[in-house]
Amino acid sequence: MITQSYYYHKPLKGCATYRIFAQMAAMEIKEIQQDIVDEFSMFEDWMQRYEYMIELGKSLPLIDEKYKTDDNIIKGCQSRVWVHAELEADKLVFTADSDAIITKGIIAILIRAFSNQRPQDIIDSDTQFIDEIGLKEHLSPNRANGLVSMIKQLKLYAVAYQTQLN
Amino acid sequence: METTILDIQKIRKDFPILNREVNGKPLVYLDNAATSQTPKQVMDAIVDYYSNYNANIHRGVHSLSQEATDKYEGARHKIQHHFNAAKAHEIIFTSGTTHSINIVANGFTTLLNKGDELLVSAMEHHSNIVPWQMLAERTGAILKVIPMSIEGELVMDEYDKLLSNKTRLVFCNHISNALGTINPIEEIIQKAHKAGAAVLVDGAQAAPHIKADMQKLDVDFYTVSAHKMCGPTGVGMLYGKEEWLNKLPPYQGGGEMIAEVTFEKTTYADLPHKFEAGTPNICGGIAFGAALDYMNGIGFDAIAAYEHELLQYATRKLLKIKGLKIYGTAKNKTSVISFNIEGIHPYDIGTILDKLGIAVRTGHHCAQPIMDFYKIPGTVRARSCFYNTEAEIDILVAGVKRAAAMLQ
Repeated sequence: MITQSYYYHKPLKGCATYRIFAQMAAMEIKEIQQDIVDEFSMFEDWMQRYEYMIELGKSLPLIDEKYKTDDNIIKGCQSRVWVHAELEADKLVFTADSDAIITKGIIAILIRAFSNQRPQDIIDSDTQFIDEIGLKEHLSPNRANGLVSMIKQLKLYAVAYQTQLN
Repeated sequence: METTILDIQKIRKDFPILNREVNGKPLVYLDNAATSQTPKQVMDAIVDYYSNYNANIHRGVHSLSQEATDKYEGARHKIQHHFNAAKAHEIIFTSGTTHSINIVANGFTTLLNKGDELLVSAMEHHSNIVPWQMLAERTGAILKVIPMSIEGELVMDEYDKLLSNKTRLVFCNHISNALGTINPIEEIIQKAHKAGAAVLVDGAQAAPHIKADMQKLDVDFYTVSAHKMCGPTGVGMLYGKEEWLNKLPPYQGGGEMIAEVTFEKTTYADLPHKFEAGTPNICGGIAFGAALDYMNGIGFDAIAAYEHELLQYATRKLLKIKGLKIYGTAKNKTSVISFNIEGIHPYDIGTILDKLGIAVRTGHHCAQPIMDFYKIPGTVRARSCFYNTEAEIDILVAGVKRAAAMLQ
């Protein structure tokens, strides 16, 4: 049965309809990312960028307290970061929180880009926009900051739920 | 008010990195407890080594090997004299404090019995906790903690109570990396010896500040990392009393550390080579010696006095900031200032300070038990040293105020 189901999906993924569909959905994430890039391009200096991120952090809808468990903590961040993922129909919805406000701002940006998207589109998306909005320093492999771990965790959730959808 | 103890502007010219900008602002480097910057004199020693006499040591009969061996062993003698060790072979070159502690912790595996007790201070760096936990797991020894007060001072009465004829080893830092406390190691060593226990002192934070005298302290083991005292990374020392180093088995096997090898049996080389398997960090060792020369050229008394001035100045200025709390208020402390501002995560402050060109450390400083003690996620840590100025402290204070205004 498993083999059959694999062969059933494989040709589908190769067909034209699937490709167009995937492209459309990917465009959505890309569009949101472009919106974020456009917003950030209005800021003249780092201070405005960070003030905006702090505002985003403050306005991030909070994660349900019951999901702020040790299991949901992302390892590798200096501040504590919790992420919870839930599948609503075929879309993945993320909620998150952090005890550091700048980190929360970064999470807010990531959630805006990746939440409410289909898992496969999250898996296929890139994170180039982080660099473009002037937050490149948060992408360094320095263990002190958690952006890399956060993106990895969002993608891991997407992979897990994509498997479930299959 | 600039000090008259040291000619800071002249000293700063020795450190090319202090001229650079970070995020468009002049660098204010206050992460000296993590690593210190490197003066030209030490860089010159490194370039000189690779330009003129790079060779493997101790074995070669050719001139370059002889020269490199002489310089490397010369550095060992410099280190011996600086720390006033009785013998040069009591100085073991290591990759740094962590490596040094692991040599001792590993060596004690065969010397401990189940139920033996090890005492660790409550304010240790993870590198002076984890190797002993691993040792306790291997041997069945029990690890007990010398508690600290809210000011960040060890509770010596409790230490007295913990010491017994079961105590085999006591380990404690000379100066706390997270709080700046200067621990009363003379007293700790004397009392441990009375109880028949050996003492390892982690001198990583003390070595850049105090000239520790091994014979006067009568310490059994003392560990240092060169990169915290103007030397390069990846090199440090383990001082051990000869009698102890002879008792401990080697940590790693390989070349350099053997006397004779057959497939039936290998006999080990004498000290210090027994603990120096493989080709060592030759250039690093030589540069470590150059770093000691450099710091001694300035003078440790002057360094300590000036850093104390900076500590007092920074403490006074920082405490004027609303909601700022300093962790570690021991009477006897160095220029490490660990602080938080009420309601703000240290990571956020550190991130904004970086944007202003100010390098501090944020987080738990590899001393999670201390953060648990204060029930905080971490602190912002600024450690000023002899090349920092009061003007830089002013920039730090202004930066913290600005960060607080943005984040509150």
